[in-house]
Amino acid sequence: MSLKTPVLDTEVIVTGVPQSKRRRQLRRTAESYAFLSPTMILLFVLMIIPIVMVIGYSLQDGAIIGKDHEFVGLDNYMAVLTNPSFWNATSNTVIFTVTSVVAHLIIGLGFAMMLNSTLIGAVPRAIFRGLYVLPWLFTVAVIAVLWRMLLAPNGVINFLLNTNIEWLASPQLALGTVTFINIWAGYPFFMVSLLAGLQGIPSDLYEAASIDGAGPVQRFWNVTVPQLRPIIVSLVLLDLIWTSQQFALIWMTTGGGPINVTEVLSTFTYKLAFAKYDFSQAATSAVLVLLMSMVLAVFYVRHQKARD
Amino acid sequence: MAMSIQTRTRAARVGLVIGLLIGAVFAAGPVLWMLSNSFKSNTEIFELPPRLITESFSLDAYIAIFTDPETVRFFINSYVVAFAVTALTLLVAIQAAYALSRFDFRGKRVLNVIIVSVQAVPPITLLIPYFGLMVGLGLYNTYAALILTYMVFTLPYAIIMMTGYFNTLPKELDEAVRVDGAGSMTALWRVLVPISVPGIVSVGIYTFMIAWNEYLFALTLTRTIDMRTVPIGIQLLMGQHSYEWNQIMAMSVLGSIPVLILFLFFQRYFISGLTAGSVKS
Repeated sequence: MSLKTPVLDTEVIVTGVPQSKRRRQLRRTAESYAFLSPTMILLFVLMIIPIVMVIGYSLQDGAIIGKDHEFVGLDNYMAVLTNPSFWNATSNTVIFTVTSVVAHLIIGLGFAMMLNSTLIGAVPRAIFRGLYVLPWLFTVAVIAVLWRMLLAPNGVINFLLNTNIEWLASPQLALGTVTFINIWAGYPFFMVSLLAGLQGIPSDLYEAASIDGAGPVQRFWNVTVPQLRPIIVSLVLLDLIWTSQQFALIWMTTGGGPINVTEVLSTFTYKLAFAKYDFSQAATSAVLVLLMSMVLAVFYVRHQKARD
Repeated sequence: MAMSIQTRTRAARVGLVIGLLIGAVFAAGPVLWMLSNSFKSNTEIFELPPRLITESFSLDAYIAIFTDPETVRFFINSYVVAFAVTALTLLVAIQAAYALSRFDFRGKRVLNVIIVSVQAVPPITLLIPYFGLMVGLGLYNTYAALILTYMVFTLPYAIIMMTGYFNTLPKELDEAVRVDGAGSMTALWRVLVPISVPGIVSVGIYTFMIAWNEYLFALTLTRTIDMRTVPIGIQLLMGQHSYEWNQIMAMSVLGSIPVLILFLFFQRYFISGLTAGSVKS
């Protein structure tokens, strides 16, 4: 049987009819790539070349600004991986990211469920939704200066709490404070997506659960959560990727300080490059950050594929 | 023994309203405070007890922003960059989405995976080679540097959202035109694009927002004050006039208005586009 296949193939070419089919297919592929060529050129220039470059920098000495770029193998990786500041930044990144993501999910889901409740009318619901979505609409620069003003020692939050705390300058509180600001800034994305998800759950699932005697808590765990699971997994993975890459908020509120208690991987890498001008080690740190993000990306892509 | 259903419903409603109000203070309180302070005099901002409604309403802070050519320039730069990025992203993404939605070809799956994973590449990783590239190409401190590099953020989303939108439209629409002998270009631009306006609008808004809000690349790939964008401008204002909170707040309000307006008018398009595109893909 296996011998027959090549024979069949020549027949196809000789007879001509399927050949035109094949040619049409070829033409369609060519046409697709013509439509995709601007995208592919841009991705090549903006993604492939830079990643090759950054890996190149990480393997040499004096990248970008040095006179001679000597190949040093994995020396830079040894230097970065044995640098306690790198591990401090990694641990801060993990704390900042995990806390933010968990809080985004809880607050986002809580607000989405309140907004989805039929106990209040449609108009108040729309008003509250408009208010709840607000933090999402402000750029990080605005969020940073706004919270710096609110949290200033003589600011309104200290006034309301009757305290005089340096929220962003205290080594004990700074990481918690920037995490809180990030939670405020990021929950609406969860809320909006989960609200759309809640509205898509068929109401007869809840009715069936009620008939079976399930209370509100049981309905939440046995209907709501399983129904929302695919959206929740997507959101959590995306948020883990984004939050672990957060730079602007930290840079503009604490700059990584005081000392280095809010230093995360992106501010650590940025300082190596643009404060110490050690582009080789910065590139090394950047490659390590890329590897971490790629691990999360693999989970995300797999999950997306499973959903399709 | 148990509460009547009516009492229980009423209790639940009261609880819900209290919860909603607490949430509203959490979400909108800081924003209201920003707006209120932008209309105050600088001395009033730090008067105790703080007042949410100002006693001496004034537009001085806004006038200061509008009459300073330096701050006006921040806005011009942001608009130029954001509009250019939006136009270019739409042009490229519509074509890519058409191919991904309507054609079957070799390498399609791989390309899809690449486009999805590009979203996960950390900006800080790209920043270092971008800096090297832009200095090398002589594009450092130009609009081109920002417009080009922002597309690495906007393009993947735009393609995914746009493909999702095209997939919701029946293939017969554009296929009919192609069977009649018209080319794919005609099918795309004359048939598909005109009926995809809602999708294109939501992708455009999202793209504009990303470009308008971007901070890290703007910080690093521009140097002179006349090339800075609004987010950097806000931070600079903070450094220069660190005690003129009313001006900083006025600048923040002005810097947020484009996105607020876009969101207000196109909310429905935007949220449905987002959930169809980036979350469900």
